[in-house]
Amino acid sequence: MKKLFLILGKKVLAFFSFLGSLSTLAIQTFYWLFIPPLKKERIFEQCKKAGMDSLPIVSLIAFFIGVIMALQTAYQMQRLGAEMYIGSIVALSMVRELGPVITALVVAGRVGAAITAEIGSMQVTEQVDALQTLATSPIKYLVVPRLLALCIMEPLLTLYADIIGIFGGYLICVNKLGVSSGMYRYITFSALLYKDLFTGLFKAVFFGMIIAFVSCYEGFKVEGGAEGVGKATARAVVTMFILIIACDCFFTALFYFIFP
Amino acid sequence: MIEIRELTKTFNTHKVLDNLNLTIEKGTTCVIIGRSGCGKSVLLKHIVGILKPDSGQVFVDGLDIGRLNEKELDNLRLRIGLVFQGGALFDSLTVGENVGFGLIEHTKISQKELLERIEEALSLVGLGGIVNLTPAELSGGMKKRVALARAICIKPDIIFYDEPTTGVDPITADSINELIKSLHDKLKVTSVVVTHDMKSAYRVADKISMLYQGKIIAQGSPEEIQNTQHPVVHQFINGLAQGPITETLEEFR
Ligand SMILES: Nc1ncnc2c1ncn2[C@@H]1O[C@H](COP(=O)(O)OP(=O)(O)OP(=O)(O)O)[C@@H](O)[C@H]1O
Ligand SMILES: [Mg+2]
Repeated sequence: MKKLFLILGKKVLAFFSFLGSLSTLAIQTFYWLFIPPLKKERIFEQCKKAGMDSLPIVSLIAFFIGVIMALQTAYQMQRLGAEMYIGSIVALSMVRELGPVITALVVAGRVGAAITAEIGSMQVTEQVDALQTLATSPIKYLVVPRLLALCIMEPLLTLYADIIGIFGGYLICVNKLGVSSGMYRYITFSALLYKDLFTGLFKAVFFGMIIAFVSCYEGFKVEGGAEGVGKATARAVVTMFILIIACDCFFTALFYFIFP
Repeated sequence: MIEIRELTKTFNTHKVLDNLNLTIEKGTTCVIIGRSGCGKSVLLKHIVGILKPDSGQVFVDGLDIGRLNEKELDNLRLRIGLVFQGGALFDSLTVGENVGFGLIEHTKISQKELLERIEEALSLVGLGGIVNLTPAELSGGMKKRVALARAICIKPDIIFYDEPTTGVDPITADSINELIKSLHDKLKVTSVVVTHDMKSAYRVADKISMLYQGKIIAQGSPEEIQNTQHPVVHQFINGLAQGPITETLEEFR
């Protein structure tokens, strides 16, 4: 029993010290963010890597989620004879919850993992040290562009996922459930408020920051060759998933109470 | 001038540097020899401030590395070139961007001048026409030379070479020795060369220092080192399997 508490205590302490180091990295990054020069090409390149390359998988998953949502809601709604409201439920859940979270998870797995692996292998091959000897801060050179790219691309991808998801729901409702196209559109747009969009996109920006900081942090911490890179990547993905879901829960509760 | 005072560094429980003292005069070439794993690379990383010592100080031209702020340290680093043992080329950039990295990041020179400087640095190490390749497309020895070109491209007045001649053919090795010598003779560069290659050590060195068990155990001109009475140094420079270095290992077992 005592042992269990000891282990648990250690885990909790380790988690808090992790959060501490993560915020140190975040503070340093924000410091460097405001120190010129800010190279646009570098940010653009990262945007391309984070955004364009995630488009296909985000489209695919968002589309399926939209379809699944529509079918799942239909299962209940048909009993009440309220098929026309499927549209509003799909739209609201996509925009408020599923869009941001699914996109963040996909980006974490695809882009975040790649960042950890890239920075991690730079770390083990001394490229990070080499940056320092060339009087270039690794934070400025590596973290800042990735942070900005993720903070820009995350909301855009989320918006895109929302649209694709709603489109998936639309296809099912109009073709299979006999809701008229005009009705679906009307219901969807009347259900969505600006605050729904805003809270979703706000979360997306925040998730972007989580992905950038965790993936870079784990990358810098890599020790011990290729094996270390693999371990760090796995750890980074798990940490990002947990933090994303936990923060989503927190924000959902927060928004529920402050924007009733 | 580089002055290292009572530098101590421990990794986990393994004491790599132990109260190490070393002074390197301005404009001289100091060769550091020592067995594999004795801490030569670690020593170099302390001098440029990548690693932080447990205790002790490093002074470069009177500046205490440990006390400089970010900006001062960067200014100092722009005067220092470090050739990493493994090259440490940025593999997301081309060879040209690697070699010109310091100039691209820290100066506003024109594209044309930049290309000239890159070509010049590459031709000094005997390479040409590879500006647009990526490091992955180079051989091991070529990587090493590109790393060397990157270090000299910013025209530093202190250069650290971590085993510049390992992994290159004897002819290239000799031309690298020539390069180190000519940078020293013509530009009065202060150099620190880490090497196992005694032949190149004798060629380039003004002074040779031997690192052993975390300390500098001998220092002297190439002749002095060659005619040393010190049993450890004697065993090392003559590459003997039997001697005090290997005996202490036996004792451990
Ligand atoms: N980051 C690190 N973490 C833990 N131990 C380290 C680290 N860097 C170096 N060491 C240890 O320090 C010792 C010295 O390493 P170093 O790389 O300086 O050797 P070296 O003298 O350069 O050897 P070689 O001639 O083979 O390059 C080694 O025993 C190594 O295990
Ligand atoms: Mg070494």
